[in-house]
Amino acid sequence: MSLLKPGHRGCAGCCDALAGKFVLDALGEDCIVVSPTGCLEVFTTPYPESAWGVPWIHSLFENAAAVASGVEAAFKAMGKMNNTKIIAIGGDGATMDIGLQAISGAFERGHDFTYICVDNEAYMNTGIQRSSGTPMYASTTTSPAGKVSFGNPLNKKNMPAIIAAHGSPYVATASVAYAPDMIRKVKKAAQIKGPTYVHVHAPCCTGWKFEGSKTIEVGRLAVETALWPLYEMENSEITGVRKIKNRKPVEEYLKAQGRFKHLFTMEGGAEEIKKIQATADWNVKHFGLD
Amino acid sequence: MRKRMVVVEGSYAVAHAVKVCKPNVISAYPITPQTHIVEDLSQFAADGEMNCEYMNVESEFSAISALIGASAAGARTYTSTTSQGLALMHEALFNASGMRLPIVMTVVNRALSAPINIWNDQQDSISQRDTGWIQLYAEDVQESADMTPQLYKIAEDEDILLPAMACMDGFILSHVYEPVILLEQSLTDEFLPDYTPEFVLDPKNPMSFGAFADPSTYTEFRYKQEKAMGVALKRIEEVALEFSEKYGRYYGGLLDGYMLEDAEIVIMAMGSVIGTIKDTIDMLRKEGENVGLLKVRSFRPFPADEIRKALKNAKVVITLDKNISVGKNEGALCTEVKACMYNNRDVLAPVIGFMLGHGGRDIPVSTIVKMINKAKLVEKGIFIESEFADLREDLA
Repeated sequence: MSLLKPGHRGCAGCCDALAGKFVLDALGEDCIVVSPTGCLEVFTTPYPESAWGVPWIHSLFENAAAVASGVEAAFKAMGKMNNTKIIAIGGDGATMDIGLQAISGAFERGHDFTYICVDNEAYMNTGIQRSSGTPMYASTTTSPAGKVSFGNPLNKKNMPAIIAAHGSPYVATASVAYAPDMIRKVKKAAQIKGPTYVHVHAPCCTGWKFEGSKTIEVGRLAVETALWPLYEMENSEITGVRKIKNRKPVEEYLKAQGRFKHLFTMEGGAEEIKKIQATADWNVKHFGLD
Repeated sequence: MRKRMVVVEGSYAVAHAVKVCKPNVISAYPITPQTHIVEDLSQFAADGEMNCEYMNVESEFSAISALIGASAAGARTYTSTTSQGLALMHEALFNASGMRLPIVMTVVNRALSAPINIWNDQQDSISQRDTGWIQLYAEDVQESADMTPQLYKIAEDEDILLPAMACMDGFILSHVYEPVILLEQSLTDEFLPDYTPEFVLDPKNPMSFGAFADPSTYTEFRYKQEKAMGVALKRIEEVALEFSEKYGRYYGGLLDGYMLEDAEIVIMAMGSVIGTIKDTIDMLRKEGENVGLLKVRSFRPFPADEIRKALKNAKVVITLDKNISVGKNEGALCTEVKACMYNNRDVLAPVIGFMLGHGGRDIPVSTIVKMINKAKLVEKGIFIESEFADLREDLA
């Protein structure tokens, strides 16, 4: 059985539950998991129950990296480190917005831990509000499409680049839709000494508005359209890229989700879709995806 | 046994006390006037005198957050901060207490901005009153240092498991050079047992910390924190006596009285102003005034029963507050002392609150005499609820 036990309260088709399961599949029992506040934290630990088959701690929304660094320091100080892996798993809001300072501090200090961002591109736990992980033109409850708006007007923050700039020995992107690839990267990140980072694309059926049975399909479309490039960076250099065969136009990804449907009904939507296609094209060129 | 006294800075005495308590993890961020404590601890670590991880974090928020992780992993933990830094920790203070992590922190009391001011008052720690931390206030440098092992012993008690603040007045205690006895390692090893918590993050025995509690369970977590504070009320007294037996020094447990037994006018206060009040009492007693002091050492837990007992002979009570609840025109000690006298028949003395010493304004003997003289007017029926005792009339 998975170390993330059944019976938790995740939605059917939940990307966070998949991510949590894959992370524990990669790590095994000898780890300690730190979760900031978010869906994964709430639906796995309704007191007095817990879905975690490994030691787990949730403190606050913005401090998971600091808490993880304290766990690591304690294990070092008490000579308990051995092979135990210290892992933080946070959502895009906890990682890219409110927790960014604590993450920067922990990476700069060089703690031996792995931070995993499970990026479902909005504040899902509070009801699908925009975060800095929300992609351009996604409609969220605080960046809704409307008569004079195509939704979120801003580009997604490039978090892996920020972490790479801290000199992290290993930064990778992954997707819950590519489980073996994700598990391999989490394992590698945990085994490399120092602060490492895996940024996982995680389609949220509730927030992105698609059927719960399509989580993997939507995740694959993000990769196949080059909107979510899969790559690895070691010491700030790109060392591995997943090439795309038969790249699909971004419309296929956008059409699969309710959060982009206004782009296909509003006047001028087609022009805006071209901007999203330009982002995909840039990714192909920058990461050499063809 | 004669003890060797040395003249050191207050911060050094505290840092040394922390060192002999052997914390596993220290995490801190510099802020005046706390800096000397963490500088001294850094030096101990750099000189190999401490077997601990010293973390230079990027904010007070991460300082306390790192200790939450470290404490949950089973480490004895320490930090120190003040003022803005303590305010920045606010959210995490509730969290540390709610997860029952016995972190010990020295709060070097300082005023809060705006206007920005680096000098002493107690608005910072008083503003964290409801976070579920034990709060003791020290009178002098020796007590500030001695409080450290006492608080570890209290906080780590398996029937308490609450974090604790040792509050010492900024500059007045942190930067003063006084003759003190540095805590002996051997005595401290005997006094303070190793920290061996039952509940820790351990892959061999996985547990979940910080779960989500809905309305059907949340209340009981708060109730149990309150029960633990009740246990702390007893342990603070016991540990003060245990400390006295081991080291030969005693400052009171929850409270301490000075010329209290026959005093008709009783002054209540916390922190370094106690010394000035004692001097004032000595002076006034010579003039035949029946004045006494009730030092409040423990503000959380608040010793309401003990205060009522201590005040049973008082004709009038004066409270001193280096803080204000703006909009209530009172400091916290005034409000709480009054509250603990309501609903009982043993003490009916009027309470007059004075707010003073804010932002580092000095409290001379003359200010204390002025307050006592006002208290005497109360005996004649003129009632003052609460007021600033040291306003500058040209600015007010």
